[in-house]
Amino acid sequence: MSDFIGGFWSHYVTYLSLASIAACALLLWITNRARVPGGGDNTTGHVWDEDLREMNNPLPRWWVGLFILTIVFALGYLVAYPGLGSLQGQLGWSTQGEYAKEIAKANAELAPVYAKYTAMPHEAVAGDPQAMAIGERLFLNNCAQCHGSDARGSKGFPNLTDKDWLYGGAPERIQETITQGRTGVMPPMAAAVGSPEDVKNVANYVLSLSGSPHDSVRAGLGKSKFSACAACHGVGGTGNPALGAPNLADRVWLHGYGQDAIVSIINTGKTNVMPAQQGRLTEAQIHVLASYVWGLSNRAAAP
Amino acid sequence: MSASPRPAPRKLIPIVPVESASVGLYEAHRKIYARSIQGVFARWRWAMVFLTQIVFYGLPWLEWGQRQMVLFDLAARRFYLFGLVLYPQDLIYLTGLLVVSALLLFLFTAVAGRLWCGYACPQTVYTQMFMWVEEKIEGPRSARMRLDKGALSMEKGVKKSFKHLVWLGIALWTGFTFVGYFTPIRELGMAFLQTRMGSWEVFWAFFYGFATYGNAGFMREQVCKYMCPYARFQGAMFDRDTLIVSYDAARGEARGARGKQHDRAGLGDCIDCTLCVQVCPTGIDIREGLQYECIGCGLCVDACNTVMAKMDYPPGLIRYATQNGMAGRWSARQVLRRVLRPRVLVYSALLGALCLGLLASLVVRTPLKVDVVRDRASLARIAEGGMLENVYRLQLMNATERPQRYAIAVRGLEGLSVAAGASLEVQPAESRWVAVRLQLPYGTAAPGSHTVHFDVRFEDGASHVSEKAVFLVPR
Repeated sequence: MSDFIGGFWSHYVTYLSLASIAACALLLWITNRARVPGGGDNTTGHVWDEDLREMNNPLPRWWVGLFILTIVFALGYLVAYPGLGSLQGQLGWSTQGEYAKEIAKANAELAPVYAKYTAMPHEAVAGDPQAMAIGERLFLNNCAQCHGSDARGSKGFPNLTDKDWLYGGAPERIQETITQGRTGVMPPMAAAVGSPEDVKNVANYVLSLSGSPHDSVRAGLGKSKFSACAACHGVGGTGNPALGAPNLADRVWLHGYGQDAIVSIINTGKTNVMPAQQGRLTEAQIHVLASYVWGLSNRAAAP
Repeated sequence: MSASPRPAPRKLIPIVPVESASVGLYEAHRKIYARSIQGVFARWRWAMVFLTQIVFYGLPWLEWGQRQMVLFDLAARRFYLFGLVLYPQDLIYLTGLLVVSALLLFLFTAVAGRLWCGYACPQTVYTQMFMWVEEKIEGPRSARMRLDKGALSMEKGVKKSFKHLVWLGIALWTGFTFVGYFTPIRELGMAFLQTRMGSWEVFWAFFYGFATYGNAGFMREQVCKYMCPYARFQGAMFDRDTLIVSYDAARGEARGARGKQHDRAGLGDCIDCTLCVQVCPTGIDIREGLQYECIGCGLCVDACNTVMAKMDYPPGLIRYATQNGMAGRWSARQVLRRVLRPRVLVYSALLGALCLGLLASLVVRTPLKVDVVRDRASLARIAEGGMLENVYRLQLMNATERPQRYAIAVRGLEGLSVAAGASLEVQPAESRWVAVRLQLPYGTAAPGSHTVHFDVRFEDGASHVSEKAVFLVPR
């Protein structure tokens, strides 16, 4: 793999590097042979601009030795490591390889730590302070971007600290969600519900399910139209974790609260994605992470 | 009376040796055999060797409470200095220390030339120690020169091996001590005894040991002449009132050997014994005037004064003198009066102010550090009870050596409050990230960005930090 766009720059760098090293060697060789008139005044005898003279404070010989060593080292280095244009070097070293090696080493060091927790049930892991410290760091690095660093989510991103679960709150279900991700689809239902008035009525009915402020006349009218929704959300609107259909009878409003927000969702639908972490995180990490997330709502808050 | 005319003196054409037609641009290393000498400045040099090395070798072994008194824990990024725990965030103190050191160098150099080089620089100090070992084993200057010239013999082999063995011992101990500033030295000692030192520790102990061995045993004055930048730029800090090691040419010339009867026959005080050259650790002749190789150690002063005493001449043919003083034949008093010149006063004032500032800032330093990072992904959200909520992560650092309880409060907006978890504990010398929610009743502030301040304090009230943050109210 080459970082150069074309072959030219690789050659350019290669020849320039080698020419520079050769020039250094040549310079050393020339200066090493050069003799200057040795006078009592310690100058090279070179006078210009009438009275400017060049002093000869000679460098020590060992300095030449060091310089030759650096040239030898440079050549050896360029043979062994990538440096000359896009040549890879004899050792086959690369930054990617180094990174992979370090990751593998770190994982190998961490394996015993994680192995202990993988063998434990989630509930027990959630009670282990060290595991929860690991879980917190994993969460902050991988989950907090959407769910917030306090895991309380935001509009469109579920709150993980309450007991309301789209796909079920058992640790195994959480682990599944993290591993495979979820795609929650609410199709546009306006056509199935009926006229815009019907949609408004259904929205008020939905609000009434949780006892939220609503227009009771409209809610009454909307009740019959709710059958279009009941297939997923259930007859009582309590949702269906198997489908990821949210419970409409509680006071959790992931995509906005109030008649307008609900009407908008019915009309346009919603696709909400939780990306799969499989491949980004190891199974052992996900196990600890699932325990941590489960612990957020099932464990007394830590001080 | 002879009438024979004397032949007119022939006009002599002086024979000037054809100057060796050419010299190279590089010169072979010429080993310097410095003669040891007793005297005031030699004693000062030894005093500085003991002072600096007792501190260097001894400091890491001292304990402060449950830990090493001075320890620079690079891996954990914590720097223990007596009662202080410093963090990388306290870099300003290191900067201050470096500026103080630089100013000290300026000051000393302006007053008395290369004092640092001659008395305190590790290169000088270790060279002196290694030379002492050399002299004890191989004998004085002439014996050493004989030994080096002579063919390889049993005696030579034994003496040389023994010398290098002692040198290596000192060097490795130095390397070990050096590493002991970065890894707890007592544990390091145990690890060494059980031959289970970490590979990096071994590397650095040997690397530093090798550098000591090479620099103090072999490179010596070469380091000062060719490698050290300070050596070169200190010359730029001299002025005509700087005390430098000087040869009083007016008094000394014409130099020349003389009989025991002191019949000077027009000669100056210099008897041309060349002792000043023999004792010089950089091998120069101070009588040729100030040279860049001179490290200002004053050993030639000691040598010359010894000779002057033997000759019953007054001391000080070679002495610390200023150019002005030498030119104007000033008395010591007059010379010393010029020490308090503006340049020196300015350096001193700067130095004093900086030291005071550094000290004051150390005294009032808060051992509590707070960093506020606002959650980037979500602007704000509505929480239960109609509260508008913003989320922050606070990094709380405890730079004391006791566990501390932290109280977090906020100010800057009417009705703004910290949601649960406003008090928490952080372990000694630890740092901890915590998520903190700020809540504001919905509709009480205008949409937009509001500047607020987190007030974080130790619950025992000792320290307190205020950190700026932003609270966002969406439209």
